[in-house]
Amino acid sequence: MSISLSALKARKYRTVSEITGPLLIVKSVNDAAYNELVKVETGTGEVRTGVVLESAEGYAVVQVFEGTSGLDVDKTAVTFLGETLKVPVSMEMLGRIFDGKGKPIDGGPPIIPEEERDVYGSPINPSAREYPKEFIQTGISVIDGMNTLSRGQKLPIFTEAGLPHNILAAQIARQATIPGKEEEFAIVFAAIGITAEEAMFFRNEFIRTGAIERLVTFLNLAENPAIERVITPHVALTTAEYLAYEYDMHVLVIMTDMLNYGEALREISAARAEVPGRRGYPGYLYTALAQIYERCGRIRGRKGSITLIPVVTMPGGDITHPVVDLTGYITEGQLILSRELHRKGIYPPMNPLPSLSRLMKEATRYTRKDHQQLSDQLYYCYSEAVDLRSLVAVIGEEALTERDRAYLAFGDAFERRFINQGIYENRDLDTTLEIAWNLLCEYIPESEWKRLDPELIKMYCPRYRGKPS
Amino acid sequence: MPSIGRIIRVAGPVVVAKGMRGSQMYELVRVGELNLIGEIIRLQEDLATVQVYEETSGLRPGEKVVGTGQLLSVELGPGLLTQIYDGIQRPLEIIKESTGDFIARGVSAPALPRDKKWLFAPKAKAGSKVVGGDVLGEVPETPLVTHKVMVPPDVEGRLEEIAPEGEYTVEDVIARVRVPDGTVRELTMMQRWPVRRPRPYKTKLDPVQPLLTGQRIIDALFPIAKGGTAAIPGGFGTGKTVTQHQLAQWADAKVIVYIGCGERGNEMTEMLERFPELKDPKTGRPLMERTVMIANTSNMPVAAREASVYTGVTLAEYYRDMGYDVALMADSTSRWAEALREISGRLEEMPGEEGFPPYLGARLAEFYERAGRVVTLGSEDRIGSVSIIGAVSPPGGDFSEPVVQATLRIVKVFWALDTALAYRRHFPAINWLTSYSLYLETLEDWYRENVAPDWPELRKEAMAILQREAELLEIVRLVGPDALPEADRATLEVARVIREDFLMQHAYHPIDTYCPAEKTYLMLKTILHFNRKVKEAISSGVTLSEILRLPIKEDLARMKLIPYDKVKESLGEIMKKIDEQIGSLIKSRKAVVT
Repeated sequence: MSISLSALKARKYRTVSEITGPLLIVKSVNDAAYNELVKVETGTGEVRTGVVLESAEGYAVVQVFEGTSGLDVDKTAVTFLGETLKVPVSMEMLGRIFDGKGKPIDGGPPIIPEEERDVYGSPINPSAREYPKEFIQTGISVIDGMNTLSRGQKLPIFTEAGLPHNILAAQIARQATIPGKEEEFAIVFAAIGITAEEAMFFRNEFIRTGAIERLVTFLNLAENPAIERVITPHVALTTAEYLAYEYDMHVLVIMTDMLNYGEALREISAARAEVPGRRGYPGYLYTALAQIYERCGRIRGRKGSITLIPVVTMPGGDITHPVVDLTGYITEGQLILSRELHRKGIYPPMNPLPSLSRLMKEATRYTRKDHQQLSDQLYYCYSEAVDLRSLVAVIGEEALTERDRAYLAFGDAFERRFINQGIYENRDLDTTLEIAWNLLCEYIPESEWKRLDPELIKMYCPRYRGKPS
Repeated sequence: MPSIGRIIRVAGPVVVAKGMRGSQMYELVRVGELNLIGEIIRLQEDLATVQVYEETSGLRPGEKVVGTGQLLSVELGPGLLTQIYDGIQRPLEIIKESTGDFIARGVSAPALPRDKKWLFAPKAKAGSKVVGGDVLGEVPETPLVTHKVMVPPDVEGRLEEIAPEGEYTVEDVIARVRVPDGTVRELTMMQRWPVRRPRPYKTKLDPVQPLLTGQRIIDALFPIAKGGTAAIPGGFGTGKTVTQHQLAQWADAKVIVYIGCGERGNEMTEMLERFPELKDPKTGRPLMERTVMIANTSNMPVAAREASVYTGVTLAEYYRDMGYDVALMADSTSRWAEALREISGRLEEMPGEEGFPPYLGARLAEFYERAGRVVTLGSEDRIGSVSIIGAVSPPGGDFSEPVVQATLRIVKVFWALDTALAYRRHFPAINWLTSYSLYLETLEDWYRENVAPDWPELRKEAMAILQREAELLEIVRLVGPDALPEADRATLEVARVIREDFLMQHAYHPIDTYCPAEKTYLMLKTILHFNRKVKEAISSGVTLSEILRLPIKEDLARMKLIPYDKVKESLGEIMKKIDEQIGSLIKSRKAVVT
């Protein structure tokens, strides 16, 4: 769907009456369209981009992506361009680097667009969606074994400052495959307000593994205009939609860090003197995030898919922070990194207990019969172990029963052998499940394996495998 | 004469138009060149403020706004069931056929198919006097639901003519009624009703029947009545949506209205894929045949999200008026409240708590008040009900936030979802200590008469054990389990059996997903029998570890997987085994002592 503003030509005004935060208020305008694209020229001839946030008879409120520093009331010229914000999309974008608005910044030639698309897209008709079912093997045990990722799923990484979330995201991007299928993922990477160093890390990772040819990068770095961040996720997803639905590609979108997106939104909201919701964030933060995350998924009858892994920092480890919390309400689960595990030297320091993949029950129907139950059993055992640890802290290990000690030992071994793995270690699902079985065999008496069907135990447990029953 | 004005201001979903004198509040309007659908939410001189139900990108001052003279209404008639609509009752399947996989703007399609013919069987006689609510005839809408074609609430008079049995579309005239002023009203199988106005009924009745849900913790501990209201608040990942889906599947209502209000698209997809496959436990027909879905997912326009709960509840009331029990699930009312907040913010209204408008509580109350068990309009005194179950998504899982608090002041049942339980994968993660149901007393008689005379006592006994467990766990946390006397440790074990073998229920297990009331009762009875036997054994000197080694524990754990038709027999056997196994422990202990 494109928006027809064809009746409107570009109109230029020099009637800026007020500049506040990232906003310009332009007087004497009567026909600015809501969301219309705007060209802003400074007195020195520098050109910036903006969009109309509010339009009325007599004035328009324009949000400038590059910020308003250096603009003045007298010399600034504002041109309403008669179209909404669009990005050119093309297969040629693979392998290229763009800024947060979709302009090439790698020194290469401009993109010859195959199509121009509205950045905000249109909502997928709920009755056209297909439920994500296909298991993606990430090669990471704690994800594949206990919180699977599916094609078309949106699964964020909730993290804290100083944790290796970037390394983990890069590892997922590097290793993600559909077992038994040779198709590779195209990767759309959107850097939202992260440092140049972090962006460089991702880039080097992708170069080293040859993924660079199927990679589209959008960079809005910490030094780039903050307001532009409200558009970067949309630009990235518009590109992803194009590749997925026009070229049948399976696209993995990585966005980091969505907290910066939320902060940019808050800045605009504050400048407009809107009534804030929680902690100063605007009341429409949920809708704004949903309009990003919900663009991922699968559509019946179309081959391509969009899988989304946003990285969200929990400031001070606070999972109730609005951006984190609302993300959790929209996405299909969450992978939570834990500082405690990180301190113990476990990589990935992902705590499986609060982590969740809502689509796992569906995905495991098509993997291995013991996958889901084994995962349930691991959950049960590990959560027992964690509970017992807090008990031990109070009453000491001597007061524990034999059963409890078995669980405690399991907990430690589980962290060291199952969760912990190498940054370049790619475990297939069979390996992951084998480690799980071995841990259970070594530490937990079989009478405690309550989440596992006896039949599955006979079939898959290394203790019985290959022996006549 | 509908008014024609023009836009003077656009800000997101809110548009202000001038020249709208003569419009009414909540009138439906068409906005701009694209004919976007909107609704008037404020009038001031000749200015009308409109909330637009579609994306407003590209709208500009000067474009026209045309009144329709009608309030935002829904179409009611055969063809609602099995449909999936957006928040303003546009049929999503049909829109997909016309505009593709993404929702375009300015599209409209009739909610009820116009060309489909329905088999109408007249039930009223020409010449008789009819009033609003009287049944004119019946249509087999789906194999599960017979649709009653009723006289609209505002019509009464002499039935001049009624169509003979035959096939008609929803626009064909099937009856003519001479109304008191002498004119003749032509009636079709379709009526329209403004969504914000509750459909009338004669009287409200006490809710005295439970809405059985097949979920043990709900039916046994915190039941909801037919015509009652319940809230399920919980942080993300605690299983609000799974619980709502379970209720939509297994609640013993005739018709289910499911509103996906500002939630994930894939959740609606899941229902669309599963419901046609799932069978009604009583009739074996696909559950889809009794279901209407409203899907206004989180990425769809926010104003239509605000309307979606009204659209849904109006459909529910319509089936209630036929004399049916209807259950409505709204997932999630928090997203609806946020839509209110967003619109209110754009109107620059004075905010209340956390930016929500001051009328949040009033709006929530109005919505939940549309639930109830009623005597419907019409001369035959049918009884129907609408039960409302609303999910609440409190930010940060904090139950003290405004939407949870405003909801709790209204609803009678509170199913508190608990993050700690969810982390342990205890599902449904309904916390048995903080949840409550205010229908316990009113439903007691029904349970005594229809399930078992001792049901209420069993419930109390089970709750007492769970409460005692909570107290004991406090002590264990301080001094460790070994410090407890044997009897208390036995209580902990029995409580564990109640929690793991009774309250935990596997939503995706083919048998465990639905537990009929009789099975719930027998399971609870068996566990409490076990409790009594354990106590007896302990007091005669048997140790707990001896009891825990008994094979009976395995039998208790597998109770939930016993198919319904074998429950009576199998649980009888388990009871017997309890007596035998614990009995022999007691005997051998006595033998040692003597």
